[in-house]
Formats: sequence, C-alpha cells, structure tokens
Amino acid sequence: MFEQVLFYAFSGLVLFAAVMVITVKNPVHAALCLVLAFFSSSGLWLLLEAEFLAITLVLVYVGAVMVLFLFVVMMLDINIAELREGFASYVPVAVLVAVVMLALLSTIVGHVNFGVDSIQGVVPHASDYSNTKALGMSMYTDFIWPFEIASVILLVAIVAAITLTLRKSRQTKSANPSNQVAVESSDRVRLVKVPSEPQE
Amino acid sequence: MLALADYLIVSAILLCLSVAGIIMNRKNVIILLMCIELMLLAVNTNFIAFSRFNDDVSGQVFVFFILTVAAAEAAIGLAILVVLFRNKKSINVEDLNSMKG
Repeated sequence: MFEQVLFYAFSGLVLFAAVMVITVKNPVHAALCLVLAFFSSSGLWLLLEAEFLAITLVLVYVGAVMVLFLFVVMMLDINIAELREGFASYVPVAVLVAVVMLALLSTIVGHVNFGVDSIQGVVPHASDYSNTKALGMSMYTDFIWPFEIASVILLVAIVAAITLTLRKSRQTKSANPSNQVAVESSDRVRLVKVPSEPQE
Repeated sequence: MLALADYLIVSAILLCLSVAGIIMNRKNVIILLMCIELMLLAVNTNFIAFSRFNDDVSGQVFVFFILTVAAAEAAIGLAILVVLFRNKKSINVEDLNSMKG
C-alpha cells in the first residue's frame, strides 16, 4: 500500500514536471522543472530497486548535465518572445499526436499484456542484496567490451566539445609543433664571415 | 501490488509528452534538447522496470550505457548550440537555413 502511494506520488510529480518543461515560457524554468523530473524519476527507480542507477541519475544528470544546460541557457542572450511565436497554433497538433501515440502505446503496454496476472509476482530482494555489486559483476564480465566502448565515447565527447567551443584568442602563445620539428640548424644560427680589423 | 504495466504506462505518457513538447517548441533548440532528455528518461524507466520484473540485471547495464551516451550527446549538442549562437546570434530553428535543406 505504502509502495503504491509512493509510486503515484512520484509518477504524478514526473508527469507534472514534464508538462511544465514543455509549456513554461522561460528556458531557465524549463531546466529547473527538468531537474524536478529527474529527481522524481530517480524515486521511481528506487521503487524498482535500482539503487545504483537512481543515485547515478541524480549525480550525473542533475549534478552535471542540467548544470551544463543552465550554464548555456543563462549564457545565451535569447529573445524568448520570438521563440514562442506560433506556440499556441502548434498546441492542437501536438495534443492530437500525443493522444494518438498514447492510445496506441497503451494498447501494447497496458494491463492486458503486462498486468498483475501476466507476470509472476516479483519478490523483494534480501536485505543483504547489493544492487551495485550485481550491476558491477554483470558490467565487468559480460559487458566489458561495451563498457570500454562507452569510455571511448566519453573521450570523443570531451574532445568534440572542447574543439567545437575553443576560441583562438590573440593572447594564446601557442607554438606549431610541426614547424618546431622541421627546424634545421641553419634556421637557428647564421655564420657570417667578418674580416678582422687590420692591426695598426 | 504494482504491475509492470503501471510503470510502462507512466513512461509511455512521459514519451508522449516529450513528443508533444518537440512539436510545440519547434523553434527553441534548448527546449528541443530537453525534450530529447525526457524521452531518454522514459526509455530508461522502461528498461529498469523490465529488468526488475524479469529479475535480470542486464537491463540496468543497458540503462548505464544509455546514460553515458546521453551525457555525451548533451555535451556535444550544447557545444554546437554555443557555436551556433556565436555565429548566428540566434537559436531559432527557422534561422538555420544556410544549407537550404
């Protein structure tokens, strides 16, 4: 019973936050509502006994990605009124698409196929069960190769983000390594024959 | 007793809301990126619900990888957005027509 109350509270909060994200005027408010959505869905994940991922969601998404979003939103000087132009005229189409999609999806994932009877009841894990340990055991044995690829993807993201936003400023005292390697001794020192002064 | 369908329907509603958000805010690139994040959140919730109800931890490993890729995507997307704003002084999607696509 308590679980159900928590479930409905968290799902209500997630859906409320999602509605706010797509309807508020100010992008800063949208980002903050998205933070609320992430927090409450991490509560949902805790109900599903995925503790490690719930805390990862809070740390990675709320702590890093949303802060990045907020930085960018606050740095850009955007004209909100211009971006909101035509918002009201798109609402009927959006609602129509959303309702049709939801109707289709709920026939597939609804209680007919995935109700209480269709899947045998889940047993709560024992109190000494560690979700982090189980996840680590699976990730570092069965999924070690995808794990390595994920780290390469993160490296690529770092390099891409830095190269995209790096600005060559006039103050940077950088040297071209190719020129430095190609240098020869004749470029550095020029020997000049100077006739010595005749002695008086 | 919560069924798998409860979680699936919540994430289906979340997915539909973010699709509606993409249609409504089609001029604002920042909100579009946020809607994509919401979609990924819905997908991740599905993965975790299935992983719990099938008692198989592999679904959670997939969520971990999706989180990784989504973080990379957000970083690169925002970097592109910053460069775009520097060059065009606007993030309106309708101004992005220099490739005549």
